[in-house]
Amino acid sequence: MMDLAQAFILTVITAATPLLLAAMGELVVERSGVLNLGVEGMMLTGAVAAFAATQITGSPYIGVLAGAAAGVALSMVFGILVLLFVTNQVATGLALTLFGLGLSGLLGAGYVGVPGIKLAPLLPALPESSPEFLSAFWTVFMQQDILVYLSIASVPLIIYLLRRTRAGLVLRAVGDNHTSAHALGYSVIWVRFLAVAFGGAMAGLGGAYLSLVYTPQWTEGMVAGRGWIALALVVFASWLPMRVAVGAYLFGAVTLLQFHLQAIGVSIPAQLLNALPYIATIVVLVLISGNRRLIAINTPASLGKSFVPDR
Amino acid sequence: MQLELVKRDSPNRFLTVASPVLAVVFTLILSGIFFAIIGVDWQRALTVFFLEPLQADWSREDILIKATPLILIGAGLTVCFLSNTWNIGAEGQFIAGALAGSIIPLGFYGVEGFWVLPLMLLLGFAGGALCAMIPALLKVRFGASEILVSLMMVYIMQLLVDWMVRNPWRDPQSFGFPKSRDFVESAELPVIPGFFDLHWGIVIAIVASLFLAFFLKRMMRGFDVRVSGAAPRAARFSGVSRNGIVILVFAISGGLAGLAGIVDVAGGAQKLQPVISPGYGFTAIIVAFLGRLNPVGAIFAGLILALTYIGGEGAQLDLGLSAQTTQVVQGILLFSVLAFDTFILYRLRRKPGVSGAGAA
Repeated sequence: MMDLAQAFILTVITAATPLLLAAMGELVVERSGVLNLGVEGMMLTGAVAAFAATQITGSPYIGVLAGAAAGVALSMVFGILVLLFVTNQVATGLALTLFGLGLSGLLGAGYVGVPGIKLAPLLPALPESSPEFLSAFWTVFMQQDILVYLSIASVPLIIYLLRRTRAGLVLRAVGDNHTSAHALGYSVIWVRFLAVAFGGAMAGLGGAYLSLVYTPQWTEGMVAGRGWIALALVVFASWLPMRVAVGAYLFGAVTLLQFHLQAIGVSIPAQLLNALPYIATIVVLVLISGNRRLIAINTPASLGKSFVPDR
Repeated sequence: MQLELVKRDSPNRFLTVASPVLAVVFTLILSGIFFAIIGVDWQRALTVFFLEPLQADWSREDILIKATPLILIGAGLTVCFLSNTWNIGAEGQFIAGALAGSIIPLGFYGVEGFWVLPLMLLLGFAGGALCAMIPALLKVRFGASEILVSLMMVYIMQLLVDWMVRNPWRDPQSFGFPKSRDFVESAELPVIPGFFDLHWGIVIAIVASLFLAFFLKRMMRGFDVRVSGAAPRAARFSGVSRNGIVILVFAISGGLAGLAGIVDVAGGAQKLQPVISPGYGFTAIIVAFLGRLNPVGAIFAGLILALTYIGGEGAQLDLGLSAQTTQVVQGILLFSVLAFDTFILYRLRRKPGVSGAGAA
């Protein structure tokens, strides 16, 4: 029983972490009024960069950094186009995803099938002689890697940033009314650049988690729509960090269903099980969007709109 | 020296036409740099990618075959994007069309007749449109993001076709290899007389694009679509139902993507396989933008994007470049198109000296 519960919780955490990382990044981006649909592409590039850097240096921690850096690099392409060239945000985000798909496949071609080096847990395991209950608890909650803790810590940190700091206030002002924020003397474009870079770093970390912990190896297109699910989570959460966390873990639970229905021996086509997260995303989007008032209150008012300073 | 964008008084006429051309030229330059960075002989790579496909009869035909689905889907997406509605699940609707169109040749295997092919094309269109109705209706009824729902449908349809060819429609003689039976003769889209492989799909695609151009320019409903995108408030005041437009453009773009699906299958492989599209539905998004959201422009844009597919295959064989090189080049192309389009509406000027409170 203990083993089963342990396996359940571990599956949920593992499935939720990449979503949580990417979605928290995108939440900050969207709060600044920018819609970056390139999350999938940034996650893929982050995943391949993390895997490659780990293979080259032997250190998964350098891999983690490389994943974040790759995400930032790609997000800057998006930032330059959308913020300086005022291109359409939807189209540019899509371009970023297409580009990221290709680039990651190209960079990762030599790494397909190479066994990965797993990012180790932050803390050591308990000695064998520890009581069973304690060791189960320890394995589940204290034996996670740095990315899991980072993803969880990001929630209160971002809540604090958005609600209690001046920087957060400026970010929200830029996202809600860029014209007024500009008139007050804030640099809309710089605030958005920083937000987009942060989103890129978080998406890159989400990708790094997939190629360093989740599988740990590189396969082409391994993000498999998680970037899009992360985007949906932000809408589902109506742009509130706490709800993003709840949503990510709910989706982790859907993955659990996927694995364990098969294990129990229910005869459902594998394809249907694999489609569960996507079907769940649609259902969730419908349920949450039905509540238009909630969405209307929380949507950053300038979301997706281009900004050219009026001089 | 700092530069800044200033809105033009009116769109630049010259750039309206020239921006796609400039974007293609710029893409060639960037691709060359990219090839040099990844350590390939860049001159050779550019030649293989963009010139060699134009030099042999078979590869010119191949370009037209690959351009067929791209033009069909791209022209449909043009209508959708013009109305400021974002169907990005054309890849899924392509598969839905291929599946629906295959109901006759696979679900009723062995049925022959002159009516088989027309019915397949009709079912293909209907299948794609039906698949597109899911995001459209959820958008209209519940306000769910059409971007995300249509994209989720892509993954679902990819899994559905995978399941279909492994289970109900698996070829009993394939020894477990996942593919359907071959279509019977009357379910095949014939080759145009005088060509080796080129089927009638390209004609269907060009006719469809021309019709859409007429629809947008000359028909009242097409005008509604454009106004709804360009000036939503004006459209609302003149009594155009936004919901009606969303349904219409999803039906058109989904239907054409579905038609592209069955045309591509009935003209090409003539059977279903677990993976039936090399990303046509996504590449067609680039086609729509490169064609400057004009259905006739989509014809030219479709040909250019098809060139990158064939060039990419050549680069794989000749230079050992991986298959994803094509996607990278296509991504660069879309970036360039979007950046150059900016200069139709804006111009660059040197930033005047900082004066007063404006600068932060």
